Amino acid sequence: MTTAAGTPSDRSVLPITERYPLVGWLRRNLFSDVFNSLLTLAALAFIIVIARIFLRWVFFTAEWGVIPANFNLLMRGQYPAAEAWRLWLVIYLLGAVVGICWKLIVGQFSGAARVLIAIPFVLMLIPFFSMGSRLNLLITAVASGAGFFIAGYLPIQRRGRAAAYFLIAYLVVMLVLLRGLPGEEGPMPPVQPILWGGLLLSLLLAFFGITLSFPLGVLLALGRQSKLPAVRIMSVIYIEFIRGVPLISLLFMGQVMLQLFLPDGFPLVDRVLRALVAITLFSAAYTAENVRGGLQSIPRGQYEAAQAVGLSAYQSTIHIIMPQALRAVIPVLVGQFISLFKDTTLVALVGIFDLLGIARTIISNPDWLGTQQEVFIVVAVLFWIFSYTMSYASRRLERRLGVGER
Amino acid sequence: MKSMKGINRTGMILAMVVGMIIAACMSPDAGPEPVLSDEPAAPQPQEVQSTLSIVQERGKLVCIGNSQLPGFGFLDSEGNFSGFDVDYCRAIAAAIFGDANALEVRPATARERFTILSSGEGDVIIRNTTWTMSRDTDLGMNFGPTTFYDGQGLMVRKESGVVTLPDLEGASVCVITGTTTELNLADQFAAAGVNYEAVVFEDFDQSFTAYEEGRCDAVTTDKSSLVSRQTTLSAPADHVILEVTLSKEPLGPAVRHGDDQWFDLVNWVVYATMIAEEAGINSGNIDSFMGSEDPNIRKLLGLEGDFCSKVGIANSGCFVDVIKEVGNYAEIYNRNLGPETVFDLPRGLNSLYTDGGIIYAPPIR
Repeated sequence: MTTAAGTPSDRSVLPITERYPLVGWLRRNLFSDVFNSLLTLAALAFIIVIARIFLRWVFFTAEWGVIPANFNLLMRGQYPAAEAWRLWLVIYLLGAVVGICWKLIVGQFSGAARVLIAIPFVLMLIPFFSMGSRLNLLITAVASGAGFFIAGYLPIQRRGRAAAYFLIAYLVVMLVLLRGLPGEEGPMPPVQPILWGGLLLSLLLAFFGITLSFPLGVLLALGRQSKLPAVRIMSVIYIEFIRGVPLISLLFMGQVMLQLFLPDGFPLVDRVLRALVAITLFSAAYTAENVRGGLQSIPRGQYEAAQAVGLSAYQSTIHIIMPQALRAVIPVLVGQFISLFKDTTLVALVGIFDLLGIARTIISNPDWLGTQQEVFIVVAVLFWIFSYTMSYASRRLERRLGVGER
Repeated sequence: MKSMKGINRTGMILAMVVGMIIAACMSPDAGPEPVLSDEPAAPQPQEVQSTLSIVQERGKLVCIGNSQLPGFGFLDSEGNFSGFDVDYCRAIAAAIFGDANALEVRPATARERFTILSSGEGDVIIRNTTWTMSRDTDLGMNFGPTTFYDGQGLMVRKESGVVTLPDLEGASVCVITGTTTELNLADQFAAAGVNYEAVVFEDFDQSFTAYEEGRCDAVTTDKSSLVSRQTTLSAPADHVILEVTLSKEPLGPAVRHGDDQWFDLVNWVVYATMIAEEAGINSGNIDSFMGSEDPNIRKLLGLEGDFCSKVGIANSGCFVDVIKEVGNYAEIYNRNLGPETVFDLPRGLNSLYTDGGIIYAPPIR
């Protein structure tokens, strides 16, 4: 812009905005004319007033004692304290599996890996954690480092497939650890899912809701596009029926009405499982419509080209159509998964203690009456962390796949 | 081509619909058959299984409770259910199993509690539930002895100067939906000829937060809850609970119609806690009464006449277990609502009839 009026070494000759880049930035962006300057000052005053009120509340008024006193409840609900080691084992293994899969899929220790390995250390800084929990988080970090290191020496040919096997094995081990083995006296007595609660339950419902509803949704989307009328009509009926009903009514149906429809003596399906089924069925219908949007964005030429090179309908769907369709709808799908994560809080209305449900019982404890602001802020921050992580991960995925660029 | 396709499609749909209808018609007939062939001699399919035997088979009582009412039902910091209503759930579990923890509390909202009980998802409702005629008849509930006599009250800001109902002309009132309080409010204000605007919420927290934020001029619910909630407001002294009582709120356990044995059991567990208080027996001193000569005490403690078997429990000391594990009425009251809690609710109507209250249990004999 401005041509330098002197040699680059002679900075004193430069205008002040060039000599101090910050001043230049401020002048360009915040104080470019009188009106903007006034606006900036007014906004600044507003921010300061709000921040003062908030910070004064955070540091002087708020009774944070409610959080450490009920921290276990927020994290794992009514999961028995004597069995809490199983949850830590689940977290260690998660760390290890993340390390292994990172090595197998990505290979090198790149930027995002640093973010991942930093998570346990950042969590250790949270003031509400006990020393024992901090130690456990340290072990988790070590476990993921060890997983990363060991995976480099594994004689594995098909790395992607091996990573998938590791993940599936992890899920099975996780469920066994959570649920326990039969026999009250055994080393791992069973823990009914209704006792899983707090953040643990919210994350489990969201995770399994997402992973189960996604394939179902893709199938429904393909079904709706199908040339077979029976398949198409059933898909349309399913999708439109579910989308026409609010999630809460599906949850009520599952919790309250199901038993009236089932024959007498039919074994009771676990209540948490019933909620999960309702969430999955609900989310699948929306996933189906999102995926259909992606399918419709694929030009006809792609189908014809796939046919021309002799691919069967199945092959062209798997290798040509689906990868492009899904890539196009990643932002929508992630948005829907985030909303599914937040929708899991509705299970609190049918008597299951997810994170929000447990928060509401904590503020009803006579010892902690009147602490709803503190508790709900912590719950909001927890939800924000996980929702933001999902949208961050999706942005990275989009960049890697070049969505919106190619 | 085109028309052929159309016919084809219509045919398909027709076939599908017919198939579905056939399937729907078949399934009820096909359902019970395997059961009959399995146990041809057993008379069970005709008889409805008793609630007690279902509970005993399950190994625990499922009690429909509240998880969000301070003093009556909530989770303590260790994750255990606690509160006045929960203690009565524990008392029933103790009577049946000798173990007050053989219990699953099924938290429910005010709206869904009766549906859950009717569908068999729970065995008994002990969830600050008001005994009313329509619930007793239309909804098919049987109400046990009242464990807590409450009355609906109104809380207002002191500065508003409201003292009586007519002062509330044109005011907005925060109220919880699906409860008797919502209906009482309408009735009492109509009777007094006072216009008001109801601001309806799903639960206590929302209702009180809205009141504190000034979205309504008054908030109404049972007086016991008002007292407990007043302590949580940021400036409790700025609020006042009006003298006027809008309704009678007898709170107690409720069970389904049609199982008298189960109804009797719930009744007598509750009565046992009251009789124990009358006799001066509590969880601490009960062992010293085991040699008692008083026939009334001997009957309560199962030393004379097998009264537990009359409600279907084999263990003759079932009430001993109740008192040992949970305590008598006074202990339950004081533990949850008494002077050592934040509520410090006076016993009032909930004193024994000998102390000027209306807690009165029929004799065991």
